[in-house]
Amino acid sequence: MEFVFAVVVGGLYAAGLYLMLQRNIIKLVLGLSLLSHGANLLIFTAAGLTRAHAPLIDEGGAVLIGRTADPLPQALILTAIVISFGVTAFMLVLVHRTHQETGTDDLDDLRTTDT
Amino acid sequence: MKALLVMPIVIPLVGGALGLVAWRSRAAQRALAACGAAALLLAAAALLWTVDRHGVLAVQVGDWPAPFGITLVADLFAAIMVFIAAVLGACVLFYSFWAMDSGRESYGYYPLTLVLLMGVNGAFLTGDVFNLYVWFEVMLMASFVLLALGGDRPQLEGAIKYVTLNLVSSALFLAATGILYGVAGTLNMADLAGKLGENVAPRLTTTLAMLYLAAFGIKAGLFPLFFWLPASYHTPPPAVSAIFAGLLTKVGVYAIIRVFTLMFTLETALTHGVILVLAAFTMVTGVLGAAAQNDFRRILAFHIVSQIGYIIMGLGLYSRIALAGAIFFIVHNIIAKSNLFLVSGVVHRLRGTGDLKQLGGLYEQQPALSICFMVSAMALAGIPPLSGFFGKLVLVIAGIQAGAYVIVAVSLLVSILTLFSMTKIWAGGFWKPAPEERDVPPPGDATHAIRRMMIPVALLAGLNVLFGVGFEPCYAMALRAADQLLDKQAYIAAVLGT
Repeated sequence: MEFVFAVVVGGLYAAGLYLMLQRNIIKLVLGLSLLSHGANLLIFTAAGLTRAHAPLIDEGGAVLIGRTADPLPQALILTAIVISFGVTAFMLVLVHRTHQETGTDDLDDLRTTDT
Repeated sequence: MKALLVMPIVIPLVGGALGLVAWRSRAAQRALAACGAAALLLAAAALLWTVDRHGVLAVQVGDWPAPFGITLVADLFAAIMVFIAAVLGACVLFYSFWAMDSGRESYGYYPLTLVLLMGVNGAFLTGDVFNLYVWFEVMLMASFVLLALGGDRPQLEGAIKYVTLNLVSSALFLAATGILYGVAGTLNMADLAGKLGENVAPRLTTTLAMLYLAAFGIKAGLFPLFFWLPASYHTPPPAVSAIFAGLLTKVGVYAIIRVFTLMFTLETALTHGVILVLAAFTMVTGVLGAAAQNDFRRILAFHIVSQIGYIIMGLGLYSRIALAGAIFFIVHNIIAKSNLFLVSGVVHRLRGTGDLKQLGGLYEQQPALSICFMVSAMALAGIPPLSGFFGKLVLVIAGIQAGAYVIVAVSLLVSILTLFSMTKIWAGGFWKPAPEERDVPPPGDATHAIRRMMIPVALLAGLNVLFGVGFEPCYAMALRAADQLLDKQAYIAAVLGT
């Protein structure tokens, strides 16, 4: 199972980086969002995959019994998803404003501030 | 006493939130910014005093015991950073009252700056790697908006590069944090210091160290990941440039120093060796890039990169003196660098340009401003008795003690080139007569706003002198901070309560 996830994460990273290297400004945004999805799945995989053992304490019990999923990575991922949602929304507005201001969607035309 | 730890985060949060409530009133936002900055300064000073007196402070937010809860922790290094950030924040906000245009003021400049300060303080004070990520994002989000606020074409172009590279860095940071959790099963830094110290997976740990170095290196502007910085930092208004130049890259540097003194200290020959090499390249490329520029703020933007190299050099040498030198150098650099950006803002206000070919005659027109520029510029280059000289002296002594002669030679050479760049601005902007075709106002014709903008400039220049002349007590404090960094036990004990 880990192997499949590893391949998926690698694929997401590769696709994200490939898109970011394109000249189109929208592809840049899509690439960044794929990259953050890749990072989220990586956390999920690295923290260990378990199947169908929710981390719930039985009624009347005091501690978890047996092998259960670790809830912490999911909390981390949830936080990261919210952050990446906000950042992507900002990025889209920024790209839209840039397109309005400059009339181009080609990153190679946005080099006047480079040194 | 524990409330002191939360204050540097809560005060700007409250100030920023109230500023959003008073969205329509510029006067109310200004008043809130002034009160917020003053309160933050007091709280930061109290925190610094307490930590210096009573040792490392830690608080578990929500009373979940470490390593499970949210930990805030202030050792002396963090407290120094919080204090200097508050000083800079107060100066820049005061400067903005006269420098910022009403359009940006109406669209939330003050609340955003306060939120930025909250993110910066949060990053300094957190004791948890994932929370560090969250604070980074808080800080970045505020900085994204501050950078793009106004929507001029150069700003938007700069913002796209800045946002993209910072998001790549965040993705790397997040990935490294995920793997770190997989390896160690905890994200509390004090707990990690113990768990990684047992050396369970040495190769994976070193890989992680390098991932973190890359992630924080992008944010700090290390070679070869710095190129977004000179492409974006000169585009926003000077007050925004000043706070970015002073604080944002330094938060990246702070994070590097924190993880490489607390968590990744087993393979120092490899990791800190890599850091030392990067330091040399960062210094040289930054200063050479600056030498090729002909615009006031573009030169300064490249110098940020070069100066980061000195701080990282202190970490790479990894001795008590070297770390103390690095800490002193961060403080000196925040003051000098931000002040030069503030001066560039006054110059821009006076002449409407930052191009050195079109500037000139500023010394004749504004002798006080020129002297303030000279003080901070010479401090940056490292001329005694100003603060930069002592920072570099300590780093050079540490380098010689460690037998790292190459980096010492590089750092001295870069100092000369820094002096060259600063002399170039001085000669082009202040000393040479103004070009004849330009209409120059007569000497002494300073408006009310310019005189007010000069107050924080003079104050920061004064601090450059003060930290140079009063080097001894400052260095003693930096040494105490370095001792705490090297002896992790005090930090671990304060957090885990063992």
